[in-house]
Amino acid sequence: MIAFLIRLLGSVLFVSWVVGSLVFFFIHLVPGDPVAVMLGDWASPADEALLRTQLGLDAPIWQQYLSYLAGVLQGDLGQSLFYQQPVSDLVSERFPYTLQLALMALMVAVLLAFPLGYWAALYAGKWPDGVSMTVSLLGVSIPNFWLGPMLILGFAIGLSWFPVSGATQPFSWVLPAITLGTALAAILARMLRASLLEVLHEDYIRTAQAKGLSPTQVYAKHALRNALLPVVTILGLQLGTLLGGAVITEVVFDWPGLGQLLVDSIQRRDYPVVQACILIISVAYITVNGLTELVYAGLDPRIRAQT
Amino acid sequence: MTQLFSIRLLKKIPYLIVLVWALMAFTGLFVGDEALEVQLDKLLATADAQSWLGYDELGRPIFDRLLMGAQTSFLVAILVVIFSSLLGTSIGMMSGYYGGWLDRVVTKVIDVFLAFPGLLLAIALAAILGPGIENVVFALVMVGWVGYARLARAQTLSLRHREHILAARAFAVPNYLIIFRHLLPLILAPLGVEATFGIAGAVISEAGLSFLGLGVQPPDASWGNMIREGTRYLLVAPHLVWAPGILLMLVVLGVNLLGDQWRDKLDVRARPRKLN
Repeated sequence: MIAFLIRLLGSVLFVSWVVGSLVFFFIHLVPGDPVAVMLGDWASPADEALLRTQLGLDAPIWQQYLSYLAGVLQGDLGQSLFYQQPVSDLVSERFPYTLQLALMALMVAVLLAFPLGYWAALYAGKWPDGVSMTVSLLGVSIPNFWLGPMLILGFAIGLSWFPVSGATQPFSWVLPAITLGTALAAILARMLRASLLEVLHEDYIRTAQAKGLSPTQVYAKHALRNALLPVVTILGLQLGTLLGGAVITEVVFDWPGLGQLLVDSIQRRDYPVVQACILIISVAYITVNGLTELVYAGLDPRIRAQT
Repeated sequence: MTQLFSIRLLKKIPYLIVLVWALMAFTGLFVGDEALEVQLDKLLATADAQSWLGYDELGRPIFDRLLMGAQTSFLVAILVVIFSSLLGTSIGMMSGYYGGWLDRVVTKVIDVFLAFPGLLLAIALAAILGPGIENVVFALVMVGWVGYARLARAQTLSLRHREHILAARAFAVPNYLIIFRHLLPLILAPLGVEATFGIAGAVISEAGLSFLGLGVQPPDASWGNMIREGTRYLLVAPHLVWAPGILLMLVVLGVNLLGDQWRDKLDVRARPRKLN
């Protein structure tokens, strides 16, 4: 188990380092002179020189790289060009909102997916199966930047149950969480159905049925727990899609999270903030994937033994 | 009998959707300048005889813009799938076939690419390269090749010790011929299914990037930027968002259904399981 933990930690750190380095080289990939791109056509040479020194772009590239790495390790992500304040302050201000949205969306997804998938698997091939699989296919196919406006139209403007946008009013998280959670719910439901169907053919289910356990006990205890394994993996992997989708959902609902900061900063050419947002979201994703593997290992003793 | 017939008819619907999409993309070629022309007297007007879906915020006919949007999404989807499958398959097959240090490097690179959450890498690339349809294609190819590479590598690994490959090697058939003639045909089917889902993904990602203002720019039309512009007039003219959204959903749904059908057809393992 300890060897497994060390290997997991090592791989998380390695991938984070590579991603961090890629994000560093990001600014050097901008076609042309990044300083000229950031300041626009009307900047004076003096301004350009000032910004170049401020960003440290006049130093040799290895020196820039080392000071960047040292900065990131100390939580210093540079200075925002637009807000004129440390990027780390901006990011730590916005991150809780994105986290809240992602967790709420996850909750919505699990609450929707489990009944749907369970129901579909119990009545596989009959009409409830068809209904819930159609619903979940629709869920995968609806783009969240369309579902969002439609939900606003229906529930915020039409019925005025929830606020239209922003994050200040109570229950303002409901519509964004539903928008973001639907696609994940659909994938999870399909996965759970497939996994349950596979498990239901196993010998131990027949044994459980033969010794006279009630159907609820057979399905909920013996089948569901074993069927959860692949679902947990998918859940972890899909969190990445969730974080990517969060960017769009945040823009739709004017939710003050990292995604919106990212899109705004791209439009303002505030590259230090863009770099930081991409770095933080990616590292969060890598960490979540690492944790998923840990949970997976906790659920399945076979994984632990493999090391 | 009638039920069987209706199921068979139902299975044709995805093909019909994709066909209509392709036709719309083709007709998009013949949409004239009126789709770009600003007509202020028809601002947000509802349907009339010339335009069945009404006009947008600059008085441009929505139906014509939808055709142009269909063209954009079709073009982007096809290009993305072609380039990313070519790139991913060749990298994955080489890595799986030759093994050794090449394989170790490729798997690490794949891990790093997978470490970026889905759309985020595309957003980052679009941010560096600036907006434009060719940059969207490039960004989506950079995100998309990984899936094909992983699949091709796994398939190649499971096939490389088959007897026919060993026999070809024993006859000193050059490696490129083994890869093309003896390996590729065997893994084309699962790659085809992956490509079908890839089309759905590319359509949604292109629209997403354009929605964020990082993809196709006005005056060019994309279903994504039509929704983006439409959300501002949601209260007065919801049809600006309805129309492109429903089309987008239908296309993604149709392509996903197609992928599901093909996968079920291919999945030989699943069929005998259901029998016993």
